[in-house]
Amino acid sequence: MNEPISDETLAHVAQTVLRRDMPLIPSGSIAGNALVVVIAIMTFLACLTAGGALLVARASEGWRSEVLRDITIQLMPRPGDDLDSLVAKAVSAASQAPGVDRVRAYSAVESEKLLEPWLGTGLDLSLLPIPRLIVVHMRDRTGGELPGLRALLARAVPQASLEDHRVWATRIGTMANAVVTLGAALFVLMIVAMATAIGFATRGAVAANREIIEVLHFVGASDAFIAREFETHFRRLGFRGALIGGLSAIGFFFGASTLSAWWSHSTGGEEIAALFGAFALAPTGYLGLVLVGAAVTLLTGYLSRTIVSRYLRGLL
Amino acid sequence: MEIYQRVVTTFLSQASKPPFDETGDRFAGARPKTRLKPPEAASLGHRSENALVRFENVGLRYGMGPEVVRDLNFSVAPQSFQFLTGPSGAGKTTLLRLMLLSLRPTRGTIHIFGKDARALKKDDLTALRRRIGVVFQDFRLLDHLTTYENVALPLRAMGRAESAYRAEVIELLRWVGLGDRMNASPPVLSGGEKQRAAIARALIVRPELLLADEPTGNVDPGLARRLLRLFVELHRLGTAVVIATHDLQLMDQFGFARRLVVGDGEVTIFDGVSS
Repeated sequence: MNEPISDETLAHVAQTVLRRDMPLIPSGSIAGNALVVVIAIMTFLACLTAGGALLVARASEGWRSEVLRDITIQLMPRPGDDLDSLVAKAVSAASQAPGVDRVRAYSAVESEKLLEPWLGTGLDLSLLPIPRLIVVHMRDRTGGELPGLRALLARAVPQASLEDHRVWATRIGTMANAVVTLGAALFVLMIVAMATAIGFATRGAVAANREIIEVLHFVGASDAFIAREFETHFRRLGFRGALIGGLSAIGFFFGASTLSAWWSHSTGGEEIAALFGAFALAPTGYLGLVLVGAAVTLLTGYLSRTIVSRYLRGLL
Repeated sequence: MEIYQRVVTTFLSQASKPPFDETGDRFAGARPKTRLKPPEAASLGHRSENALVRFENVGLRYGMGPEVVRDLNFSVAPQSFQFLTGPSGAGKTTLLRLMLLSLRPTRGTIHIFGKDARALKKDDLTALRRRIGVVFQDFRLLDHLTTYENVALPLRAMGRAESAYRAEVIELLRWVGLGDRMNASPPVLSGGEKQRAAIARALIVRPELLLADEPTGNVDPGLARRLLRLFVELHRLGTAVVIATHDLQLMDQFGFARRLVVGDGEVTIFDGVSS
């Protein structure tokens, strides 16, 4: 059994039966699996928060863009006025103003219909002084052409009033920004909670594997080598967790966008669509979720390396 | 490879023999009964600059407690062989840990490979440890790795490619009689097999200094003597060997070895008998 062995035999033994690729940090442990679950859940929630914030930001951009381009001209009926001719004059004046894309006047019937949600149907509204509305769609949203339009309108139809919705747009913009800021804050909190969980798990792993660290230390492994082994181990766990959490979040948004298309005409569907848009993340949004997963993986590796390096510095 | 061939040929030549008989008298003290020079005449160590390890007035205390070792003055010369002995709890393991620089003395100076340990940086320590082989009292094999991987660990830790050291490790494992246990993990190895795996791990880097803490503590006398012969052969091939043991009978079998007797926190040195 112990006579000298040939190189061929050595090569044969090595290639056929030798187990030699085991990681230095044991991979399968209950603590490791628990960490994967924690990272998966945290990544899922972080992606959900980030995706939600992106949806609201994108939807609010849409609202503000539309609201700021639209300007409403309001004509209050006064005794003796021929409202139709005043509307025609206002439409004519607005059409000539610079920066105006298109002008649309609501008819008397359309104006009355706007009151139906409040007053109900079947009422004779001819006795009420219902104002007539003209919607002017501007080419840009900056409001730079507004003084010109206002001046032109004042000359043509002095009793017309102009509403540029900026107060309203500012309010919904503030609300949307608050939601996005809240989403960003929640996202940061998730990441901090996750980093803390990873930190605890790494410290636990260092304590559980102290024997391995010391043996490696005394057989001549450098601190960088040991830290790298831990980083590899934890980055692998982080990747598994981030993959599960990230894919779940991507699946969630994909499913939600499909469902929202079905619900868009149902009760409440329009309100949800108003808040979140079509509930569909742009391709850059999905890319963002992938980046969150990648960042979680790298963060896991980096944190474990830092913690192990700190422990090793205290070891002679 | 030739180094291991010589070492292990000796080891294996003893393997088929029955354990040596234990008819010799046991004696209570750590002092040798064979023809050793008296302590007064013994040299207190090799003071030359090329000593691998040199202790000068070294003392160590834990916290605010009393000194567990004090005024240690000795050195370990290249290619020397010595037993570190003394009663249990006398401080043998502490002394080994001081030599391995896993403990810092509270006073005095330790020179290792000619360098003052106090001036060593972390990277220097790592480089020095690669010149030292250690056999721990409790083996300290990693249970999740195979015997092969455990023995290859120091080489892997140095960043060497597995293909570069594979043949070397397999050969050493065969030579220490673990050729058919390469894929076994430590929990299924016997005490003697673990011992040999631990020794193989210490030898794989061909250290200049080998520190072994009770390397024969868990094996039968026959195997103990064979393991000792392995160390002796290593010593003859140029490795300085320090073996901590309290097995007096075993030490008597190797009367040529220097003895560092630890007691009451101090070390008394008895030179060995030249053969």
